[in-house]
Amino acid sequence: MSTQARSVHKNSVTSYIFAVFFLLLGWEILARILNSPALPEPLPALIQFIRIFPQGLWEHFLVSTYRVVLSLFLGIALAVPLGLYIGREEKVDSFLAPHVYLLYPIPKIALLPVIFIIFKIGDTSKIFLITLIIFFQILVTTRDAAKKVPPASIISVLSLGASRWEIYRNVIIPACLPEIFTAVRISLGTAISVLFFAESFATIKGLGYFIFETWSRISYTEMFAGILALSLLGFFLFLLIDFLQRLLCPWLYV
Amino acid sequence: MLTLNKVSLTYKNGKNAVPALEDINLNIIKGKSYAVIGPSGCGKTSLLYLMAGLIQPTAGEIRLAGKGSGKPQQKTALILQEYGLLPWKTVWDNAALGLKFRNVVGEEAQKILYPIFEELELTECLRRYPSQLSGGQKQRVALARALALRPELLLMDEPLSALDALTRENLQELILKLWVRHHITLILVTHSIEEAVYLGQEIIILSPRPGKIRAVVTNPGMGSKEYRHNQLFHQKCSEIRSILEENGQSEHTSQVCS
Repeated sequence: MSTQARSVHKNSVTSYIFAVFFLLLGWEILARILNSPALPEPLPALIQFIRIFPQGLWEHFLVSTYRVVLSLFLGIALAVPLGLYIGREEKVDSFLAPHVYLLYPIPKIALLPVIFIIFKIGDTSKIFLITLIIFFQILVTTRDAAKKVPPASIISVLSLGASRWEIYRNVIIPACLPEIFTAVRISLGTAISVLFFAESFATIKGLGYFIFETWSRISYTEMFAGILALSLLGFFLFLLIDFLQRLLCPWLYV
Repeated sequence: MLTLNKVSLTYKNGKNAVPALEDINLNIIKGKSYAVIGPSGCGKTSLLYLMAGLIQPTAGEIRLAGKGSGKPQQKTALILQEYGLLPWKTVWDNAALGLKFRNVVGEEAQKILYPIFEELELTECLRRYPSQLSGGQKQRVALARALALRPELLLMDEPLSALDALTRENLQELILKLWVRHHITLILVTHSIEEAVYLGQEIIILSPRPGKIRAVVTNPGMGSKEYRHNQLFHQKCSEIRSILEENGQSEHTSQVCS
């Protein structure tokens, strides 16, 4: 099994290299067609990235990483237990579902001014906004996953004398984990978009700020170095989520 | 060891009450084996859940060895139709689950489980997940999990229905062997006449919904591996089939009437 796993791993590394190559190729072609300073060619942007990352871009990178990771963590910590609970408790769900359905479609990003007033303009307001948005995504997915846990699994464990908590631990949580991971992956994309928006004003740190600032200086290669940094942030977190899924859901990879 | 006294069960479906079982009287004797057979939807599975203490009757009472049945019983083990294994647990963890809930872990659990794994020829696949097992292996894991609890009463819900003919026969022989060796009381729900006759000392025939006991047929010939090839076996099968066919007609009539 391990040789098989290794060869799969090797394949995925090769396919990543191919994907990077084709992305860069597409970028190069598009840049040549547009022929605009707003879209520099990949090579100058990459050189700029390598040049300015150690000079100070890393600091923006770290601040943004901190904000996204903490928001994701808070979103998961709040939404997963609640989703699992209301997914299994019909009465609670029928009470909460209308609230969730009314709140879910509200463009919470538009609440940013209010959030700034409540939490001031520091990290808290940004983290709160991201957490608020991804909370609903994860909550709805987790609840729906918890609802469709096969009754046979629960009955078989009940017949073995499991307590309520043991049913959660041994059946409901593991049954929902793959879908929770999917929700977290989707939320990661959302979190980075919201982060970019939230960092676009009232801050002097973060990749969103860096991109807007270089844009205002019409320094497009620097701006693209910032965009690359933001993409890398997303990519690394994606890999981290994959790694955690392999760790927590080994049965999916046999 | 288990008595059902005028047991009825009605499901509530919105405002409608759907009767599933009606006036079931049974006296399950320790160490015997019972097969429950009847048309689909006659409440066979509900009957098993009642005996396992997973659901409560709407009327009548169920008594296990003198005590009233309440929660799932310590002495009872239940094997479900699709084996009821958890896909996220290895063979070992699936089999050890019931013990874990009774706080039997570590060496103590190993001491109980290893002989069972050996008996059921599962030692090769203890680290595998259910998705890596054949249907027959899954069924043996479900048996291991049940036997680990050293049950006095083993309830099985169409345990072999998803298996191919040969695996099915092998497992029927295995169940027979385990029943003899472990002195368990066995109650097996099945829709196969041959399986009922091969494994049931008493064959309980249910009528269509709401399920009532139509007949209890004694089957003294069972108990040996070779019974399947015996003339008596085939006679018994025909006997059961003719009772079930009468049932089928009454099902038809009741449908026409309603």
